[in-house]
Parts: sequence; C-alpha cells; structure tokens
Amino acid sequence: MKYMVLIASDGETWAGIDEAEQGQIYGRILAWWEERSAAGQILEGHQLQPVETATTVRVDRDGGATVTDGPFVEAKEMVGGYAIIDVPDLDAAIALVRTWPAPDLLEIRPLVVSEGMGT
Amino acid sequence: MTSRAEVEVALAKAVREERGRLVAGLVRILGDWDAAEEVAQDALVSALEHWPRTGLPGRPGAWLTTTARRLAIDRLRRSSRYRERLARIATETREMDTRPATGGPLDADDRLRLLFTCCHPALAEEAQVALTLRTIGGLDTPAVARAFLVPEPTVAQRLVRAKRKIRDAGIPYRVPEPAELPARLDGVLRVLYLIFNEGYLASDGAVPERRDLARDAAWLTSLLCELMPDEPEPMGLLALMRLHLARADARFGTDGGLVLLADQDRSRWDAAAIRDADRLLRAALRRGRPGRYQLQAAIVAEHALARDYAATDWAEIVGIYDRLLLIEPTPVVALNRAVALAERDGPAAALAAMEPLASRLAGWHLFRAARGEMLRRMGRLDEARHATRAALPLVSNPAERRVLEERLAQLGSGRSEGPT
Repeated sequence: MKYMVLIASDGETWAGIDEAEQGQIYGRILAWWEERSAAGQILEGHQLQPVETATTVRVDRDGGATVTDGPFVEAKEMVGGYAIIDVPDLDAAIALVRTWPAPDLLEIRPLVVSEGMGT
Repeated sequence: MTSRAEVEVALAKAVREERGRLVAGLVRILGDWDAAEEVAQDALVSALEHWPRTGLPGRPGAWLTTTARRLAIDRLRRSSRYRERLARIATETREMDTRPATGGPLDADDRLRLLFTCCHPALAEEAQVALTLRTIGGLDTPAVARAFLVPEPTVAQRLVRAKRKIRDAGIPYRVPEPAELPARLDGVLRVLYLIFNEGYLASDGAVPERRDLARDAAWLTSLLCELMPDEPEPMGLLALMRLHLARADARFGTDGGLVLLADQDRSRWDAAAIRDADRLLRAALRRGRPGRYQLQAAIVAEHALARDYAATDWAEIVGIYDRLLLIEPTPVVALNRAVALAERDGPAAALAAMEPLASRLAGWHLFRAARGEMLRRMGRLDEARHATRAALPLVSNPAERRVLEERLAQLGSGRSEGPT
C-alpha cells in the first residue's frame, strides 16, 4: 500500500536544540532517507522550505480565488516535508516511520489509488 | 423436531460462544469486515430456520462454521474479483475437513488476529472497546450502547468508522511480530481491563448490561489466555478480574451503599473462586516475567486471602507496590502505596508519602479523600474536614459520594470540637 507521510516539526522543540546538534540530526535524517529510498520503501519525497514561504489559495464554489500569505492551518506544528512510501500495511508503515531520527510528528495517510488520480 | 424455545436457547449459547470465531474466520476468507458480519448473521438465521425442523445438531458450533463457510464461498462465487481468494479457500477447506471443525489451531489464530486488529492503537480507544465487544464478545450494537450509556447511533457510527479505517488505512489482520508484541499485547489487555472496570465500577443496578460487562471482560480475557498460553500477563489480568468478581457481592450493603474493604463481610466472598484465581496467579508468576497485572493481582490476592482485615500482610503489600512502581511509576500507584504504608508505618509516614503527589493528583477525589483520612487518624480534624470536603465536588459515582458524606458527618461540623 502507498501512504503519504507528512513530517511536522514543533518550533519550540527545535528552538531548544543547539546548532551543532541540529546539524547532527540533519545528518542522521539524510542517512535514514537514503537507506529507505535505496530499499524501495520511500518512492519520493522532499523537505519543504520554511512555513514563512507558504502561500494559500482558496478557491470558492463559483470558481473565485483568494490568495493569502501563510499556510492553511495555523498550528504549533508546521509541515516541513513529506514522503510517499510503499509498504505492505499500516503496521509496516508505523514500523518504518517510528525510526525517524528527529523529534518530530509524523502523520501517515493512505493514498487513494484510483484511475482518476495517480496510479 | 425440536421446540422453538430449545432452538433459541441453543442458538443464544452458540452466538455467545461461536460468533467471534465465525466472524474471525470469515474476515480472513472474505477480506471484508462487513461482509464477514453479514455472512455470520446469515448463518445464524439459517440455524434458526433449520434446527426446529432437523433437530439440534450434535455440535452446533461445527454446524455454524460449515454453513458460514458455504455461504462465504457462495458470496465469493458471485463476485469475479474474488476468484483468487476462492482458489485459496478451496485448498484450505480440504485441509480443514480432516480436522475437528472447532478448536483447531486455525480458528484459534483467527480469533487472536481479530482481537489484535480490534485493539489496534491506530483506532480510537472507544472504537477498540466497541469493536472488541461487538465482534469477539458477541454483543449486538444496542447492547454495547446500553452498557456504555451512549446512544445507539453513536456506537453504530464508531463501528462503521473503525471498520472503514481498518480497510482504508491498511490495518493488517494478524498477530504482531515478536518485536511489537509486548506493546500490542499491553494494548489488548488495557482494552479488556477498561471493559471490566466499566462494569465493575458501575453502581447503576438499573442497567444490567453494565454489570455484565465485568463478566464479558473476564470471558474475553480467559479466551486470550487460551490463545496465548505462554504469556503470563493475560493470566495475571484474568486472576485480577476473578479476584475482584469473587468478592463483588460484599461490596454493596443491603441499602445499596458501598462497603469499604475493612468493613466487608468476608463470609460473603467466594472462597473457592479466590483460591482458584490465586492458583492461576501463582502459575503466571512462576514464569518469572511479572508485569503490572500480575502484580496488581498479587496485591488483591493478599487482601482476598487474609482471614480478616487485621490479618492483612501490609509489609508484603507495600513490597509489591514497590515492585509495581518500578514498572508503572504513576502517581496513582504511588498513592495506593501510601495508603498501604499507613497500615504498616502509620498515618504520618503515609501523609509524607502523599504530599509530593499533590501537584498531579489534586483534581482527583480519591487523593483528597485519602489525605483527609490520614489527617483524621492523626487527629488533625479541621484539616481532615477541609480535605474531605474538597473531594466532594470531584466525585461523580453516587456510591462513592455517599461514603464521603458519611465520613464528613462523622468528622462533625468543626464547631463542637471543644475549646480553640
């Protein structure tokens, strides 16, 4: 099954970690990502630019659109990256995600696989 | 010919004992939870039609299994998408025919798988409880709703959502890998204990389903013990439940009020059941892997086996609490240990052990009540009154409220205590 993993960070948690340690954590994340990609578990994914770069476009029912600065939900946790993974089931997805080497929140969502969207 | 009444009794018994087994096997065959429940239902309806005409089968469970399997295969035949599955069951059925239809290792595995799926941590806790009672416990949706005092549509919706999530999020239908097993088994035991407490603590005699929950939970736990005979914690939980149930009758007085342990009439305890539960606990402890349920049961067993309140071995009980605290370092366990400490070392020692817990337990009525009791024993009556009174607005259970009100009455108004 394919799942999207949304990786969110709590700004306060990261503010409490000094720069040298943050560097080490990024190093571990890179290694983690490469290893799982090579194993075919991660199909694709990216780190995202900080939430300050987000732009939200709201499209209403009659097709009008409003463009605003910022993400669509204001929360303490901000999405900072995503991965599309391919594993047998939710237990395998949880087992994969729980080894993420940083103090973050990870949301696992199954993809809708149909003829209309995606493969 | 068999009378309708006999059939209904036999069917009710079979539903109780076999429904979980049927659904578990059918989920695996059909790969679809709703379809499995429908087919199980169809098999039961079919029994209701056949048995009055043909007489009760020798093994009703085996009859239902065979019928359900046939109905499942019919259903698969109607759907071309399931060809592959059908091929797989054909082989399995041939294997199945050579062994007894009930109690074989195959359906034991099915029920275990189903239990772990029902108690998956990715499902909301109330959904885990409802699914477990509905699919393995054999309760129908209205019974689950009555037992948990929630509207029936709420329960129905919880079940629908949970089943949808199992399907769409890919929650697997299997017993967890060894590495995951301890944490997942803990989750299953927590759900079973939650169901038990919901029934055991219920003071509302007007809703029999609530009291029945305690026995339902004990039954489900005994099933788990059967399915995982090498795990000591399910045995510990079952012993704990049985030790509580063996003394349940003495918990309420003739006026319906709660009777505290010290005042209970021990001749109303079921001594044989207590001895059996204690034997079960000793067997679990001999495995050398004590867990929170075995230790809690060990504490309850000390109480249950004491001749009278004065004969309670408080030093032993405090010692078990110390071990429990290593596994479960929570303020609630620490409070219970402090209460036991009062019996061993006196109220001042207990009060000293309670004070550090105040920041986390101040909102809990039992903390305030226990603190008030220690102060009373130390003769600090004004403070005792104050603490007990502070517990009152925090209590919701009417039987517990009555105990607190009686205690306050005994403490007096505070003005007649003599010169100040």
